Amino acid sequence: MIEVRNVSKSYHRDSLLVPVLNDISITVPEGEFMALMGPSGSGKTTLLNLIAGIDKPDKGSIKVNGTDISTLNESGLAKWRANNVGFIFQFYNLLPVLTAFENVELPLLLTNLSKKQRREHVEASLKLVGLADRMKHYPKQLSGGQEQRVAIARALVTDPTVLVADEPTGDLDRVSASEVMTLLDRLNKEFKKTIVMVTHDPRAAEKAHQVKHLDKGELT
Amino acid sequence: MFVLKLVLKNALRHKLRTFLTILGIAIAVMSFGFLRTVVTAWSYGVEASAANRMITRASVSFIFPLPYAYKDQIARVPGVKTVSYANWFQGVYKDAADFKNFFPRMAIDPETYFDAYPEFIVTPEDLKAFRAERNACLVGRKIANEHGFKVGDIITVEGDIYPGRWDFVVRGFYTGRDASTDETQMLFHWKYLDERIKELQPSREGNVGWYILIVDDPARMTEVARTIDAMYLNSRAGTKTETEREFQQGFVSMSSAIIDSLEVVSVIIIGIILLVLANTIVMAARERTTEYAVLKTIGFSPLHIIGLIAGESLLIAGIGGALGLALTFPIAGGFASMFPTFFPVFNVEIITIILAALVAGLAGVVAALFPTIRTLRTSIAEGLRAIG
Ligand SMILES: Nc1ncnc2c1ncn2[C@@H]1O[C@H](COP(=O)(O)OP(=O)(O)O)[C@@H](O)[C@H]1O
Ligand SMILES: [Mg+2]
Repeated sequence: MIEVRNVSKSYHRDSLLVPVLNDISITVPEGEFMALMGPSGSGKTTLLNLIAGIDKPDKGSIKVNGTDISTLNESGLAKWRANNVGFIFQFYNLLPVLTAFENVELPLLLTNLSKKQRREHVEASLKLVGLADRMKHYPKQLSGGQEQRVAIARALVTDPTVLVADEPTGDLDRVSASEVMTLLDRLNKEFKKTIVMVTHDPRAAEKAHQVKHLDKGELT
Repeated sequence: MFVLKLVLKNALRHKLRTFLTILGIAIAVMSFGFLRTVVTAWSYGVEASAANRMITRASVSFIFPLPYAYKDQIARVPGVKTVSYANWFQGVYKDAADFKNFFPRMAIDPETYFDAYPEFIVTPEDLKAFRAERNACLVGRKIANEHGFKVGDIITVEGDIYPGRWDFVVRGFYTGRDASTDETQMLFHWKYLDERIKELQPSREGNVGWYILIVDDPARMTEVARTIDAMYLNSRAGTKTETEREFQQGFVSMSSAIIDSLEVVSVIIIGIILLVLANTIVMAARERTTEYAVLKTIGFSPLHIIGLIAGESLLIAGIGGALGLALTFPIAGGFASMFPTFFPVFNVEIITIILAALVAGLAGVVAALFPTIRTLRTSIAEGLRAIG
């Protein structure tokens, strides 16, 4: 369960303080698949970053499965992220010099799993996203949809309870987008992942159980 | 392990850029090593000077001669153990344009010179043969090897300071006791010079270029110098007596402007190494802003990021530095063989190698400093946003 309580966040731009989120409260129950929609610049990414422990709120608290992550320090947050959250980005963000296998293996390098155990986890993850036969491929040898599925495999490999996705279909054609959405749906239903997804795409939002709209830093 | 692997893969991402950076560093490190070698070779003359040796020369300038008559007077000064003397002869041997033929040629006193210069080792047989013949000469081992001089060979020199055609017959060789001993000189009888010049230019008879003194106690050098110089204060040929070290330093300092500029250039080269490397590392880190943000998102620590950036910087600096050092030896060797007599001793010193390696390593650290700090300061949110 994710509980966002009275959270505010602003950024400094030069000497100007730009308010982005204004006293936001939101609850995401365990196993929920929630979509966040809203115009560009409304603060969707910022809210997602706060939930995922990438950024810290100026005010308010964020509890994820009982842990108040707004009180953790940098390295505490890093550890928490590694254990609890999987990330999916609009532009996949795979490391271009690593193969699909190595990219998926990345989060496991921070665990104390043996090489053999890591291999098993990576293979299972890639199999789940349907890319077991592309392990040795480099990102630029894959299509956008395949890259995003590798990224999903990377997000999954540590078996986190929460997945956050920032416009995961934003850079994909319709067919690839629907494949990715089917995959996320399956992760939610079959593997009980709590998913918070930012999207502009109404077709993607359809898969979610709940759609929230953000406008000018407020939920509507 | 992973950091190392990623460092390697990252370095190979822009192969041409990495290659050019390595090449740039290699050339700069090589130039640095080479210049340091020249500077040390230059100062070797000073280092080679003995602690108990002094030089008495004309107070005006060492190109003016002193009377031969001073020899016995100087020898009587308390504290002076041995007096020897020499004249700079030079002349032109074969093709003057070839640096190989430009070795020092000096007229010396066969009876005392090698007492004054114990670092010049001559076998008793060679010394005996040399002393026995009026126009005999001894040549340094290095120059003998270079020219293939054998006993009995005639060395013909066209005089310049002392006009005429001069034939010297090789009667032996000397070798250096220390690595820093000059093995490039040709030494012959001062008497031969004096007798012939008496026929040609009688006014130049009995001239000595400089006196070489061995004192029995180095602590008395100042006193000895003062006594000798006072003796000739009001004579036609005043003297200046100084320790050999001072004398050599005076000699070297004539070219100190050149040495200074070489030192400046070697500092500039350090700056160039830094700029070449920093440019590449800053560019690379900037390009990878998002990737570093992703690694941090996944949970990688600042230490990993430092390892990635500094690792790449040190890797490139290391390879460039090693290559540069490896190139220093053939370059220095080639230079030494082109100008064999210019620098009697021309070695790439250990200290030069250490210094060059240190410079490359330091450049590796400094070049990584700013991109690392910048990457660590960039928040994940900003880093992820940096996408094009
Ligand atoms: N690191 C930052 N520094 C300054 N301004 C930021 C930063 N991150 C976001 N913003 C600003 O906050 C606002 C909301 O951004 P964001 O959450 O990315 O919106 P969305 O994802 O809904 O498009 C925008 O005006 C953006 O320019
Ligand atoms: Mg956004």
